[in-house]
Amino acid sequence: MTVNQIVMECLQIALLIAVAPLFVGWVRMLKCWAQSRSTASLFQPYRDLLKLFSKDVILAENASWIFRFTPYLVFGTVILSGAVVPMLTTKLPLSPSADVIVLVGLFAIARFFTALAGMDIGTAFGGMGSSREMMVASLAEPAMLMAIFTVSLVNQSTSLSHIAEVMYSGHAVLKPSLAFAFIAFILITLAETGRIPVDNPSTHLELTMLHEAMILEYSGRHLALIEWAGMMKLFLFMALGSALFVPWGIARSDSLLMGLMAGVLLLLKVGASGVVLVLIETGLAKMRLFRLTEFLGSAFLMATLGMLSFFILE
Amino acid sequence: MNVVMIFSPIEMASASILLLLVFAALAGLLSRAQSVLIGLFSVVATVASALASAAGALSVWNGTAERIILLLGLPDLPFHLRLDPLAGFFLTVIGLLSAAVSIYSAGYLKGFLGQRPVTRLVVFYCLFLAGMAMVVLADDALFFLISWEVMAAASYFLVMFEDERPETRKAAFVYLVIAHVGAIAILLSFGVMAGIATGFESFGGYTFDAMRQASFPLGWATAAFLLAFFGFAAKAGMVPLHVWLPDAHPAAPSNISALMSGVMLKTAVYGIIRVTFDLLREFPWWWGAIVLGLGIISALMGILYAMMEKDLKRLLAYSSVENIGIIITGLGLAMVFFSFKLSVLASLALTASLYHVMNHAMFKGLLFMGAGSVLHATHERNMEHMGGLIHRMPWTAALFLVGCISISALPPFNGFVSEWLTFQAFLLSPSLPSPLMKLFMPLGAALLALTAALAAATFVKAFGVTFLGHWRGEHSSSRIHEVDWLMRTGMLVTAVSCLCLGIFPATFIDWMDEIPLQLVGSRLSVSATASGWMWLTPVAQERASYSGIVVFAGSLLVYGIVYILLHVNPGKLHRGAIWDCGFQKLTNRMQYNATSFSMPFRRVFGFMVHVKEQVTLSPQTAHAAFPKRLHYTLRIRDRFWNWLYKPVADASFWIARKVGRLQQGRIQSYLIYSFVTIIVLLLLAAL
Repeated sequence: MTVNQIVMECLQIALLIAVAPLFVGWVRMLKCWAQSRSTASLFQPYRDLLKLFSKDVILAENASWIFRFTPYLVFGTVILSGAVVPMLTTKLPLSPSADVIVLVGLFAIARFFTALAGMDIGTAFGGMGSSREMMVASLAEPAMLMAIFTVSLVNQSTSLSHIAEVMYSGHAVLKPSLAFAFIAFILITLAETGRIPVDNPSTHLELTMLHEAMILEYSGRHLALIEWAGMMKLFLFMALGSALFVPWGIARSDSLLMGLMAGVLLLLKVGASGVVLVLIETGLAKMRLFRLTEFLGSAFLMATLGMLSFFILE
Repeated sequence: MNVVMIFSPIEMASASILLLLVFAALAGLLSRAQSVLIGLFSVVATVASALASAAGALSVWNGTAERIILLLGLPDLPFHLRLDPLAGFFLTVIGLLSAAVSIYSAGYLKGFLGQRPVTRLVVFYCLFLAGMAMVVLADDALFFLISWEVMAAASYFLVMFEDERPETRKAAFVYLVIAHVGAIAILLSFGVMAGIATGFESFGGYTFDAMRQASFPLGWATAAFLLAFFGFAAKAGMVPLHVWLPDAHPAAPSNISALMSGVMLKTAVYGIIRVTFDLLREFPWWWGAIVLGLGIISALMGILYAMMEKDLKRLLAYSSVENIGIIITGLGLAMVFFSFKLSVLASLALTASLYHVMNHAMFKGLLFMGAGSVLHATHERNMEHMGGLIHRMPWTAALFLVGCISISALPPFNGFVSEWLTFQAFLLSPSLPSPLMKLFMPLGAALLALTAALAAATFVKAFGVTFLGHWRGEHSSSRIHEVDWLMRTGMLVTAVSCLCLGIFPATFIDWMDEIPLQLVGSRLSVSATASGWMWLTPVAQERASYSGIVVFAGSLLVYGIVYILLHVNPGKLHRGAIWDCGFQKLTNRMQYNATSFSMPFRRVFGFMVHVKEQVTLSPQTAHAAFPKRLHYTLRIRDRFWNWLYKPVADASFWIARKVGRLQQGRIQSYLIYSFVTIIVLLLLAAL
């Protein structure tokens, strides 16, 4: 573990924290353009967060410690996940502590506590959100693991850094299994980050809420943490896609210059993925809750096809 | 350390069994002084369990097998006892959980003071613990079956403790029937093996040593394996032999449920491992495939039924079906790998399976004790009548939450470690030579992932509905109070074990390393813990690695930093009423409850279970659009009950009726029966 590696680790976490709201601003801007609306500033998400942080917190009378602890847990867990996904370099000192299955587990524990917080107050909305979110997760998680397993089988590793390195070395490109896994991964990203057609991040209409229903009772700095964590999760999924499927540009050494270039490239890649995200979101309508089974089922099918084609064709 | 040097592990284990048996025999003398009895019982049971646990841990550590031959039992057929690392491992798990539960019992049984005598419970509790320890120590078929029956019979009487309720009697009866069908299968299996070992004329084959030295023809070995697997699967509660489990475990007092789910089921797992890897030793890959397939089906069906459940203890019981499924899945994987001579991979899968044995004992024990505490405080098992208990019972809530996180396989707690290891074993399936297995393995991994995700949802429901929100019960919640410190200590011990098993996996895998070495011929620690105690690397560092302690410490560090940064200059925090959208008439019954929480799951997975939902309008309703009152009924039944058990039960009643015709009450016909029987026997003897 060299000093450079530790510096890179810190830089990467700082990048995640700092740039995630910018990315959300960018996606919102693109969406406005695509729907010919006038746009807010690119920096609006920062202002929203700042506003929330400076407000007082209002807690329901019967909120327990779980409700107050959850925002910190969610925020912390996303940062921890950000520390293991190779964004700037594959030589991250924390990378061996968690592989891609642990990463899925980290997302799961954040979701577990968010769902509990939704039930803590005892309103119908909270429980409804928790129940729906856990249902969607129970379908999305196996599909996600299948997609990841396909990539792991191709690269013979579940360690994210190692997957990126093997992909680099070139003998894993253009395989049908990876193509299927990639499609599955896109579908799951939409589900996991609560985008259309699974969930609508900008809705507050009771019948369609999933994630928003769970966090309805939050306010002030608690809400700010949860919102910020949501932005980071979106950014992180883009970075994860980049590390798993298109790792080109991520530094394979601990040189700071390479890391800087990797950072610039990452922003370009993530920015481009934002365009794809907006095209999907603009082109599709929000699905009914019980049609999500088909959506997530097809994600699962894609991942399974990827795995089968790995065993049959490769 | 002196004790360790003077007594060998097997002597410590025997002493612990003896202590329990003696106490069981003498407990009746104290039946007049119930509170003294409870206190003394708790001390004795805790000491004996701790002793057994220490003996087991030492023997795993030493890695050698020790024997004792007892000149008891039938003439010329002495009892053989043997403590090897495998038995030691199970003894450790049994002892550890029993110790925690025995502390807990001291507080729990006080709830019965003045209501009913607990002497019977105390006696059978001690017999039950002794029986389980004897099962893992037994080294011959005779002693094994006797211990097995002691364990089964004692647990039957424990389930029957509150026998004034008809559903308890029914549950205990079904349990007894299935336990004995299983026991017959195990007996036959040992019969086959003993017969092959030394021929059917001699009795010498009843020792496990004789079976170990024999070589079995494939046909007989398969018969022995299938019989044993059937018998042990019935005891373990695998689908489709699970129907007794969700009735019997909740019917017992909660400390007993904790033991039955936590460790009694594990003796069946022990039996399967002993018979396959130790006694039969060589087997074709499709044995493993059967075990693997049934394991996955159990895991999936178990958690689906748990999701639909609204009775807290039944939910936990169904979740035991799921966890046994996961354990058996790991075992099946180990068998498949072993049959293809991939011993490193087999040791990985076996370690994953055994690790889950340990984990499940800890968290299921913890959860059942938590459910017992809730029951103790609220006298309620139905989650629909609970809620908001986190304010009344903060300790129980926090400890129960630890159990929920662990069982949902979330890092950095222990359930995740075994799940992770099982996934890693699945991901190594490309090294299998059989293309068929290669294709089906990933599907197994996917179903396991589905199981894990459903488990998380189930335990969000269990914790959320029981402990969060508002109290839903009809009577006031003001009399509910936290349980006493003895019960809390029992839960705390298991909760701390859950955390330790989660963040120091490498240490524990190092400790139990001798078991895979002796059973499948390869040790895991060469690679798994090669990078130090902090890192778990099943095959190689670049293949996969996990560090529970880094994840745990990292989380704490990050939460701490965020919290401090936000509280340097904190905004104000106000408490206010819930936002009710101006409706002003919110009642506690408008919360989401267990049934509504599982509604999306019923819609999505309902085709796999038997769900019958009905909404009827009350008769006074004038117009269907304006109902006065709606009645909602929901019935979820176990499909297997109708598919499998009802035909068998009906058929046995039918046969009984037909056979009953023989009995007419006339002495003449009975004399004819006897005469015909003698003639037939004489003819047979003449041939």
